[in-house]
Amino acid sequence: MSLFAVLIDGTIYASWLFLVAAGLTVIYGVMRILNMAHGSFYAIGAYTAASLVGWYFNNGIGPVWVGYLMMLGCALVAGLIVGLIIERGLLRFMYGRDEVLMVIITYALLLILEDTMKMIWGVNPYFAYQPYAEMGRSALAGLKVSNYDLMLVGVSAVLGLGLWLWLERTNQGKVLRAVIHDREVAMAMGVNVRRMFTLVFVLGTMLGTLAGALTAPAISVVPGIGVEIIVLAFAVVVIGGMGSIEGAAVGALLVGLSRAAAVHYAPEFELFVIYGVMALVLAVRPQGLFGRVLARKI
Amino acid sequence: MRLSKTELILLGVAVLLAAGGVIAPQWLVFLLTMALAKAMVVQGVVMQMRAGLVTFGQGLFFCVGGYAVGMSGHFLNISDLVVLLLIGVGAAVLLAMVLGLLMTRYREIFFAMLSLAFSMILYGVLVKSSALGSTDGFNVKAWTLFGWTPAAGQAPLALFIIIVACSGLLAVLLHRYSRSSAGMMCEAIRENEVRVEYLGQSPRWVLYMNYVAAAAVSALGGGFMALSAGHIDPEMAYWITSGEFVFIALLGGTAHVAAPFIAAILFAVVRTYAIELVPHSWQMILGFTLLAIIVFLPKGLWSLFTGQARRAKA
Repeated sequence: MSLFAVLIDGTIYASWLFLVAAGLTVIYGVMRILNMAHGSFYAIGAYTAASLVGWYFNNGIGPVWVGYLMMLGCALVAGLIVGLIIERGLLRFMYGRDEVLMVIITYALLLILEDTMKMIWGVNPYFAYQPYAEMGRSALAGLKVSNYDLMLVGVSAVLGLGLWLWLERTNQGKVLRAVIHDREVAMAMGVNVRRMFTLVFVLGTMLGTLAGALTAPAISVVPGIGVEIIVLAFAVVVIGGMGSIEGAAVGALLVGLSRAAAVHYAPEFELFVIYGVMALVLAVRPQGLFGRVLARKI
Repeated sequence: MRLSKTELILLGVAVLLAAGGVIAPQWLVFLLTMALAKAMVVQGVVMQMRAGLVTFGQGLFFCVGGYAVGMSGHFLNISDLVVLLLIGVGAAVLLAMVLGLLMTRYREIFFAMLSLAFSMILYGVLVKSSALGSTDGFNVKAWTLFGWTPAAGQAPLALFIIIVACSGLLAVLLHRYSRSSAGMMCEAIRENEVRVEYLGQSPRWVLYMNYVAAAAVSALGGGFMALSAGHIDPEMAYWITSGEFVFIALLGGTAHVAAPFIAAILFAVVRTYAIELVPHSWQMILGFTLLAIIVFLPKGLWSLFTGQARRAKA
């Protein structure tokens, strides 16, 4: 019974983790930018969705399903705008710099975005619980599980599968993999790497805002939610191997299940487990479970 | 022991600063004490930056130093400042000697991530330990020095003079270290690790010693922070705290041992006013400053003094 609860909780948490980490790993894989501002993208998505959807439902404007569409739509639009501004306005001038320096640059971005959000949305919490409440609950072998959480598992699976198919089965994905494998050779073969960078960064941003929007109904949206999740997302991505989609999925499952187990059996180790797994994987396989080993270059 | 000109200047400034503390208002004394405590942690970050390693987890040793001081006061009833600080540094050194075995195998982004993971583990443990006050932390008991108990109003000033003296000595020590063969080796490793190996040196050993030394220096800062603020909480190990240390390190630059001290004091002063004037834009100011430094002053504010600002590239 308890084990089943751990499995259910773990899977739900893992699918949420995967949503949060997918954009991060895509951006790192192609651009070699470990994007600290990803947490802010998540927060922007959550704020946009919470304020718009909350307004929509509180005023009883229209049917429920439009609310869900709005939630997704506004997150994607917000991601598109923010991603384009940041990539075109700042990051493209920074390409070619050291990876660690890029971390610090995106850290600066995170600081800027955190305050920008406070200016736009203020510091009071936003609630948009309606999409969560509307769906109700269902009983799974005696466990009451929210349908919204189950839907998250589905969305996450579809998204992961879509990303994987896009990368592995389409022409554009093949080109992207070429860029991941060797940027310079890809460039020499006529790939417009800069355009790929813009595309991927905007895609990663949209994945981040989408994750935020999907989470918004389940939480109260307050300043600092982005800062909290970024290290979690790092843990997931690092465990799987930075830049690997299937790695992020496995990392999310590993973290999700171990956290659920910790919550059920030893609650005081909840946070310890997450970073413990991350440190353990890094210690044994620093390139992550699905990462490639790089040769040392002189 | 003969002192060079730079070392004499460093000690002179420390004496002046301590003397200034006597006439300065109490809030300024407190602010400078905190700034110097943070500067010590930043020294630890800078020591590793000179070897080409960026740590996003120096808060780990900051926190270990602080908690070791606080817990020794509470559970062992030790109140002597020197003993407390030694315990803090000792705890960090022991931890660093173990973690260092692992950390020195990693470079670049993996080093940054692993250091982050370790400090977040400590954060996760502390947040959940109710005996240590969970997220609230706990208050640190008042300190004594060789049997002398400072009177109610005296403690902040006395602590300020002690930390200034420690900072002065630390600055001289680190200045010597950066010019010693081990210190030079760190810079060589940053430039090209493989060549250092070809020269018959062990980069891992150099980095290991450097890591442990950096941990000791940072823990000293953590200990002073606990004593001066009189309170410690798990935030000390949170990654945002470590990020702040990286920020101050980049602000000052790695060129001179005085740079982190100046940067930390500047940071504290600007922050005090910025939070007063524009409470919700403080982080934004930090972010833009950080970007400006990376683009225009990659060697930090110190390069303004040496005229290398334009020529240097990170």
